[in-house]
Amino acid sequence: MSTGTPAQPSASQAADPWSVAGINLTSRFLLGTAGYPSPQVLRQAIAASGTQIVTVGLRRVLAAGGDNGFVAIVREALSERGARLLPNTAGCRSAREAIELARMARELYDTPWLKLEVIGDEHSLQPDPVELVEAARQLVREGFVVWPYCTDDLVTCRRLLDAGCAVLMPWGAPIGSGQGLLNPFALRTLRERLPTATLIVDAGLGAPSHAAQAMELGFDAVLLNSAVAQARDPVGMAHGFRLAVEAGRAGWRSGVMARQDFAVPSTPVSGQPVLLGGPP
Amino acid sequence: MNAETGVLIQLDGAPHLLAPGTSLAALLDQLGHAPASVGTAVNGSFVARALRQDRVLQAGDDVLLFQPIVGG
Repeated sequence: MSTGTPAQPSASQAADPWSVAGINLTSRFLLGTAGYPSPQVLRQAIAASGTQIVTVGLRRVLAAGGDNGFVAIVREALSERGARLLPNTAGCRSAREAIELARMARELYDTPWLKLEVIGDEHSLQPDPVELVEAARQLVREGFVVWPYCTDDLVTCRRLLDAGCAVLMPWGAPIGSGQGLLNPFALRTLRERLPTATLIVDAGLGAPSHAAQAMELGFDAVLLNSAVAQARDPVGMAHGFRLAVEAGRAGWRSGVMARQDFAVPSTPVSGQPVLLGGPP
Repeated sequence: MNAETGVLIQLDGAPHLLAPGTSLAALLDQLGHAPASVGTAVNGSFVARALRQDRVLQAGDDVLLFQPIVGG
């Protein structure tokens, strides 16, 4: 679902587009919509982020009331900005659950895009790799554009790509933990071993520097929610992350210098004493 | 209608008595849910909107309704 006037990208964003399933995108910042203090703050954060994709979910209609207008705000904001919804299967514990919820999400949100989550551990909310791959295979067969939330395990990522997933979304750290990139080596390995895959760090980011770090590793985008929603100033934080994503991307594209074990002087002095005569 | 003449289902985890022959579509109508506002599953399987009219609920059916929410 995408209508309305698209958000205006910066010059660097416009010059560096990416695409998923034939849809061209300029923002590399995907934003979650949960946990904001009010619908109005959520709307402002979406605008400040410049995002073109926001995640949403489904839940059982229990006796409790509605969502206090949050979903309506999301739909309005996206309609104004020409952005898209990415429904998730949060809470699912098996491939079967995720598949059924995905079918429901496609009908309710009118999109084949799906953030596939199948959780294997209640404490860490770590994805279940076996159920995840099984669900991905079936959903791709049914025409979904699958964005799997996964760990940073290379073999599992390969299985997901073989299953037909459009992108890979490995975690940086457990959902909502704000710890940043706990295993940059594994993320770097994914980038190097899967050079043509679209890679998005999803989960665990807490500060804009984390997002910049992910982009400097060569990841194509980041997805985060709590880092913005739980900030003291979510709108300011959304703007901060927007800048960090652009900065990190610029760093990657520009080629970060190689690390050195020892000092390498940047000022080209000759090596001779400057003020006192004689050899060293 | 009572437990002997009605059809007892589980609706979102609670017992719910229906008139015999009530379809899933009719149940939503009784509850005041617009068809496009909720997703439906019966006995753990998704039931598409277009098929709700033909899905007559039976005793013991476990009906779950889902709504859009914000998410990460």
